[in-house]
Amino acid sequence: MQNILEVKNLIVSFNNEKVIDHLSFNLRQGENLVIVGPNGAGKTVLLKTLIGMIPFKGEIKWQENIKIGYVPQRILPERNIPLSVNDFFKFKSSILPDLKIDSQKVFESLKSVGISDLSILEKKIGVISTGLLQRILIAWALIDSPQVLLFDEPFAGIDIEGEETIYNLLSQIKKERNLTIILITHDLNVVYDFADSVLCLNKKLICYGSPKRVLTPNSLSQLYGGEIKFYKHKH
Amino acid sequence: MDNQFFLSLITGIFVSGVAGYLGSLMLTKRMALVGDALGHIALPGIGLALLLGLNVSFGAFVFLLLGVLLIWFLEIKTYLPTEALVGIIFVFSLALGFLITPQPELLEALIGDISKVSDIDAVFSIILSLFVLYVISKIYPKIMLASISEDLAVASHINIKKYNFIYLLTIALIVALGIKVVGSLLIGALVIVPATASRVLSRNLRQYTLISGFLGVLSCVLGILFSRITGLAAGPLIILICILFFIPSLILKKEDNRV
Repeated sequence: MQNILEVKNLIVSFNNEKVIDHLSFNLRQGENLVIVGPNGAGKTVLLKTLIGMIPFKGEIKWQENIKIGYVPQRILPERNIPLSVNDFFKFKSSILPDLKIDSQKVFESLKSVGISDLSILEKKIGVISTGLLQRILIAWALIDSPQVLLFDEPFAGIDIEGEETIYNLLSQIKKERNLTIILITHDLNVVYDFADSVLCLNKKLICYGSPKRVLTPNSLSQLYGGEIKFYKHKH
Repeated sequence: MDNQFFLSLITGIFVSGVAGYLGSLMLTKRMALVGDALGHIALPGIGLALLLGLNVSFGAFVFLLLGVLLIWFLEIKTYLPTEALVGIIFVFSLALGFLITPQPELLEALIGDISKVSDIDAVFSIILSLFVLYVISKIYPKIMLASISEDLAVASHINIKKYNFIYLLTIALIVALGIKVVGSLLIGALVIVPATASRVLSRNLRQYTLISGFLGVLSCVLGILFSRITGLAAGPLIILICILFFIPSLILKKEDNRV
């Protein structure tokens, strides 16, 4: 399958300290790439660099005219801010004036993230629960039909509503919309269930490949430092 | 209604309406006191304009522009919090302003005098208010998005520095225009009180911005009318009426206001 992203010798430095050091990897169309690593390993920095938020050395080559959706770790609206969820969606049309965002598009992307109760559009964004807000952020990213979605730790601090986790949702969205996904997580279980490839990052590339092949006790202890015991859950 | 009164009223309506609208954005960006500070920064400019017989708003704007540029520059160069920088520049200007402004005109500089507005002043104020209204409506969603998530804004290729600068310029313009209406001491209230009342009452952006602007206009009209009836200065009356609107908004929405 075709590569839609090629990264070669990527270096990102803050104040002369290398936060990402000579990283190379590829992303194929339709692939689920999961990035794992300890806190401060440069995972979020990597995502931000990939979408052009942070200066870098080396090469980042996206397929031409690719549309990328980005879901940040969190947004922090003030509780009382008079900004409805609908207002938040309307921002998208002022950012992308070429894109006509009508209510139909908003409904569709909300449906994709499992929200069918449209009364949520009238709610203030600051009072929405963390889990629901995460879904709204995903819907926000989906509204202009990106080919690639970049998710930053959607598992942290999420209240799971019913049986459906964000991760089930992602698999479903992926099927529906034929997406390629890059996902950052702390939860190694997700890696086995979800990832086609895993990239272990701790400033440098520690391991990269299919999860079963590269997530060895050796690579994990190298990644997290010292002894770490992790066994794949048997379902 | 005599001509002079009509000019004062129409100038006040445009300036206060746009000040209220802009205030709604300033409140969201936690810049509630910036209007206040900028009002003070304008004081030396007002003093010089009065000394030289120039337009007060023009003098104010020149100093505001210098002040805003200085704050913006220091913010980038020093990474000190904006409010600290604004605080220092504003007391400096205040001290300077008190020394420069001629004693008899000091009161006018501090609390404004809308009753003396000329027809050229009025036309300029209206045109500039409409210009600021247009610019803010363009940058509003982008600045709002950046204020709830800088990540989303940057990822959406919004040049935050550029928009913040444009936004500061619009504040400088509105402060310069508003100084004619309520003076340098009270201009801060004109941008922030209507927005605060509106914030308590509103559920979405449309309500928020409309009510902010509307309360600005209403306070100004009532203030100027009361001033005509009572002979008291219009500036302080306008602000007192603003605050009168703010109090019931608190009582009306007591429940929602708790955090």
